[in-house]
Amino acid sequence: MDYFDRFAVPHPSPAIYASMIAIGLTMIAVVAGITYFKKWGYLWREWLTTVDHKRIGIMYILSALLMLFRGGADALMMRAQTAVPDNGLLDGQHYNEIFTTHGVVMILFMAMPFIIGLMNIVTPLQVGARDVAFPRLNAVSFWLFFMGAMLFNISFVVGGSPDAGWTSYFPLAGNEFAESVGSNYYAIAIQIAGIGTLLTGINFIVTILKMRAPGMSLMKMPMFTWSILITNFIIVFAFPVLTVALALMTMDRLFGTQFFAMANGGSDMLWANLFWVWGHPEVYIVILPAFGIYSEIISTFARRNLYGYNSMVISMVAISTLSFVVWAHHFYTMGHGAMVNGIFSITTMAIAVPTGVKIFNWLFTLWKGKIVFTVPMLYSLAFIPIFTLGGVTGVMLAMASADYQYHNTMFLVAHFHYVLIPGTVFAVLAGFTYWWPKMFGFMLSEKIGKWSFWFITISFNVTFFPMFITGLDGQARRMYTYSESTGYGPLNMLSFVGAIGLAIGFALILYNIYWSTRYASRNISNDPWDARSLEWATHTPIPEYNFAVVPTVDSTEAFWDSKKKGFKLFSGKIEKIHMPNNSGVPFILSCIFFVWGFAMVFSMWIIAIIATIGIFACMTLRSFEKDHGRYISVEEIEETENKLRGAK
Amino acid sequence: MKELFPRGQVMGFAFSLVLTLVALSVIVFDLSLKMGVIVLLVTAFMQAALQLVMFMHAGESEDKASIYTNVYYGLFVALVTIFGTMLTMIWGYQ
Repeated sequence: MDYFDRFAVPHPSPAIYASMIAIGLTMIAVVAGITYFKKWGYLWREWLTTVDHKRIGIMYILSALLMLFRGGADALMMRAQTAVPDNGLLDGQHYNEIFTTHGVVMILFMAMPFIIGLMNIVTPLQVGARDVAFPRLNAVSFWLFFMGAMLFNISFVVGGSPDAGWTSYFPLAGNEFAESVGSNYYAIAIQIAGIGTLLTGINFIVTILKMRAPGMSLMKMPMFTWSILITNFIIVFAFPVLTVALALMTMDRLFGTQFFAMANGGSDMLWANLFWVWGHPEVYIVILPAFGIYSEIISTFARRNLYGYNSMVISMVAISTLSFVVWAHHFYTMGHGAMVNGIFSITTMAIAVPTGVKIFNWLFTLWKGKIVFTVPMLYSLAFIPIFTLGGVTGVMLAMASADYQYHNTMFLVAHFHYVLIPGTVFAVLAGFTYWWPKMFGFMLSEKIGKWSFWFITISFNVTFFPMFITGLDGQARRMYTYSESTGYGPLNMLSFVGAIGLAIGFALILYNIYWSTRYASRNISNDPWDARSLEWATHTPIPEYNFAVVPTVDSTEAFWDSKKKGFKLFSGKIEKIHMPNNSGVPFILSCIFFVWGFAMVFSMWIIAIIATIGIFACMTLRSFEKDHGRYISVEEIEETENKLRGAK
Repeated sequence: MKELFPRGQVMGFAFSLVLTLVALSVIVFDLSLKMGVIVLLVTAFMQAALQLVMFMHAGESEDKASIYTNVYYGLFVALVTIFGTMLTMIWGYQ
């Protein structure tokens, strides 16, 4: 049995054993349910092998929601543990594991896939394309992300979770101080998901540059598409650094190299440096699409065209460039001199300028607009002041000398939650509500949506505002407990109350999905929000080929023009459409990647070698496969079009 | 005859051979580490640019603008990453 000892959790607790049983039972229930309802064939044909960007997007969003609740459970446990002084709910080791997985799950397996999901569904529609440039590669992206996320998630029941923080600094994450396989999971799971993200980056750059509808020049693209283009540039240029850093980390941990060691010419700080060379652009990877989503929503519900289109584009390009020259502000206190800190202080503060331009553009869009207070609009309106608060505290942190006081305190934690939650989380919730009718053919309940909005917004401030104060009072982040004499107790309790409110808000979103699926009216138009961009010009539900006739565009809001100014959007006639075939290879390839990752985590070399051969076999198969896609005939398109038109 | 002879390509090929010879001089003349690295870096970048433009036809398609934008942006990020890392980890470190 010695062989199997490695799979044991090093710091077990009743909660972890309960989770093991719960996971086991859920998996049995899912398999039994699919078998009972005879859905295996459906699942395989319609979802596991699909290359349709809309379905891949939906799968991304479902996985992201799942991960939101996983990361949220971690957050609740953290807040519960620190709610009262000297709490014994969790021990130090469990607390370390929980804040580590909370960070990784929320950034890499919640925020990123949620955004990539929306980008998958919306971008091809907004540019008037039939799919992304490389549909099968898109399926590979999704399944690699999914398998990476699953590999990371099983860590807490098989072998132990990583416990060195989401930044995984060395030497703490080295073999000497992180003895369990937890940090192996970190290195390998993120590597697998990261490859998927990199492929997405390439895919969407090509899609946007090469597949736009006739007439849509770069400066006539909708703002969301612009933000996605820039985001994907950042992905392509930032992720390779993470790939290299994680590969070096894997070699350090598994093969005894000394890249990040303290001795033999290694440098532990090199990890921090490389991590943030990727990590800071990553912040903009999750925030720029959010800016794009807000631009769409604000202009739709203010009933005005977006103010300052050119300055919006220029400021996003400026942000993307600046995002690569600020990373050292994450470790001002690590010992470099005044010159380095000075340089990075200035570049960091410079980012506030283009961001400020965007904030003012949104305000000017709202100015004299006929504002409609729908749920997506409420999130967008709440975003502006709350995000500004996060931005202002960011400028405080950007001042290197002042950062010596703030760094590693709850003030920092409050700051990045004040930018990430109204920035990214509000945006994906707003985008999710906004594009929901396009995805599923009915609207989410506005009433329940407003309840969850208010719960989330108020509770968010109740949770995170006290952290500014306790941080300034000196409460360090990642501290699993504190004594009563510190006086942090009452504000931390308030934070915990807010966290419960947030949990209720997110539960209400789930209830909203359930309620609307059962009771919402299916009788909605193709354009229920009276919106402006091309994704609303096609039918709901969207036919697999998106547009029967490729639209022609001559402004940033061609669809609006077609509604209000009689612009003719579809002028061609229906021709047969070339579509890609489904393929099971991406799914199988990613399953093999999962096995490979698992074997690497536990140093099971023979299985790892076999899996590596399997991965290359899949790629070789693809190289020699002849797949020219298929054509949808004109009759079939006309039949579909008539059916979709008739239902209205 | 003039149209048939791939003059640019032959010149490019000759030039890339010259660059290889210059790089070889680091070993042949036993240059100092600093000098050697400088020679290698300069010849490597020229070689890469030559290959990209001359033999991978970067400037000959309608996507010329996006290809060059990508290359310049990638170059910018790579240089910033390398020199920024040198700055934070070595030159500016106390």
